[in-house]
Amino acid sequence: MAEVLLAADGLTRRFGGLAANRDVSLSLVRGEVHALLGPNGAGKSTCINLLSGDLPVTSGRILLRGADVTPLPNHRRSLLGLGRSYQRTNIFARFTAFENCRLAAQSRDPQAWRILGRAHGNASVRDRAASALEQAGLGVRSNVVGAALSHGEQRQLEIAMVLATGADVLLLDEPLAGMGAEESARMIELLKSLRPAHAILLVEHDMDAVFEVADRVTVMVEGRVLESGLPHQIRASAAVREAYLGEPEASA
Amino acid sequence: MRLRASRVALLVAAVAVIAFPFTDSAFYTELLAKAMILAIFALSLDLLVGYTGLVSFGHAAYFGIGAYATVLLAPKYDPASLWLVLPGAVVAAGLAALVIGLFVLRTRGIYFIMVTLAFAQMVFYVFHDTGLGGGSDGIYLNFKPSAAIGSLQPFDLGEARQQCWFVAALLFLTWWFLARLLESPFGRAIVGIRSNEQRMRALGFATVRYKLAAFAIAGALAGLAGSLYAILFGFVTPELLSWHQSGNVLLMVILGGIGSLAGSVGGAFAFVAMQEVFSGWTKHWQLLMGGVIVAAVLFLPGGLAALPGRVRRAFGAGGG
Ligand SMILES: Nc1ncnc2c1ncn2[C@@H]1O[C@H](COP(=O)(O)OP(=O)(O)OP(=O)(O)O)[C@@H](O)[C@H]1O
Ligand SMILES: [Mg+2]
Repeated sequence: MAEVLLAADGLTRRFGGLAANRDVSLSLVRGEVHALLGPNGAGKSTCINLLSGDLPVTSGRILLRGADVTPLPNHRRSLLGLGRSYQRTNIFARFTAFENCRLAAQSRDPQAWRILGRAHGNASVRDRAASALEQAGLGVRSNVVGAALSHGEQRQLEIAMVLATGADVLLLDEPLAGMGAEESARMIELLKSLRPAHAILLVEHDMDAVFEVADRVTVMVEGRVLESGLPHQIRASAAVREAYLGEPEASA
Repeated sequence: MRLRASRVALLVAAVAVIAFPFTDSAFYTELLAKAMILAIFALSLDLLVGYTGLVSFGHAAYFGIGAYATVLLAPKYDPASLWLVLPGAVVAAGLAALVIGLFVLRTRGIYFIMVTLAFAQMVFYVFHDTGLGGGSDGIYLNFKPSAAIGSLQPFDLGEARQQCWFVAALLFLTWWFLARLLESPFGRAIVGIRSNEQRMRALGFATVRYKLAAFAIAGALAGLAGSLYAILFGFVTPELLSWHQSGNVLLMVILGGIGSLAGSVGGAFAFVAMQEVFSGWTKHWQLLMGGVIVAAVLFLPGGLAALPGRVRRAFGAGGG
């Protein structure tokens, strides 16, 4: 019934002596937002890097639509429908918002290797870029250069680029970081609108946001999965409260 | 408005180049042809340095391979066919770049600079220390290649003017090709790689393959320049592949403005002109040249390509 798009099984990643991820397992299902929580340095970004292929795993397996993609480099996984955004805004600062998305869409174009045809002549690529911008709420800012966008808009552009690739597995690393209340609210609406067609992993520190959109929550501490379950279970977990929220198990 | 101005400038330059050989100065006609050949060479390097973000310090290797291939493909006692040696040189240099690219593109930054240099030195010593191309003395191209196609003789490279125009035609062709390439999906991708390779990979681009293709195209175009150089002077030596030559072409690109096609052409012309003027003044001309380049880097970041914008700003934006 549940369509598992991405499954991680026993992911471990060592940096020298430090195990940034230790035996992490989780799965992403179409139609669900899976939130990944944890204090600073818990290994959330590392986990995304392992899933996306930006970093190789030390051990463990990653299945995308049931196929083992563990040995594939990041660009191959991307072509299989896996898209990610970055915690630190990682756009093409000197290109317009539109060109950022057009490049993203171009990566799916079978004619991406053409050396003489005009890149802007490709209507289907252009349309995909434009609709991704529109969806992310940047339609009116499409001709603004990346560096000139506000911080919040750059975060929106991060998402727009992922959408322009047509990915259906989205790994979003703190998309709300540094956003104002209004921008956050819009981003949360966007996540809700994406949910039905996508499997989403959402790393986020903002608790209110997490519990507003998450269908499933995994909490990491020191590289390990501490707890995984439905939002109300996580909220009620004493272990989570102690380890993550830093509260001794005093109150309810 | 700006586009029109640059079009007009280009047109004026084209007319000047076409008209110049009529001055009947054999010396300056040859100098002009040399400057245009080096402009092709600089354009080819700018594709790497300015647009792909790959600072190659061994680009003379492909220029030299193109030059040697032209001579080695030519029969000893007959004129070669231009339509054999020119494409042959382009393909030889492009293939060499493809193979060397497979190795050098595993490295980045300063290591990339050093490894491209190391490979160029290896190619240099192949020609310098073996009998393949006459060793350190170099080798002559005994006849100008013939442009004949069957019984048709479209032009004659033995005639200085026609040779100059042929070089001009190839310079404009190279320029046009690169301008088109940069507007193509491939061109957009390499410029994306220059500005953020990590993100390009995450978006699904096999960036190493794109860089390899750019490296091979740049090598092939450098080979075209090298072939024309061999045809123009009728003589090639290992000096053509030396690291001085790699350094010079890098200076042309920097002088002209990294990442500007017109800049690379201007940089090559400025370089040849300075070399000519300064060496007429003093035998320590290289010192003067060095001084000018330091001054250009310090006071004209962005190179010659940035000059029009600066002038416009200096005289107020009133007209624009
Ligand atoms: N490339 C790396 N090399 C060495 N150590 C690393 C590297 N990347 C991450 N680490 C370490 O791994 C641990 C987990 O880092 P990670 O960035 O995954 O945490 P995080 O949960 O995303 O934290 P934050 O909430 O601050 O973003 C940290 O101790 C970090 O210093
Ligand atoms: Mg993080």
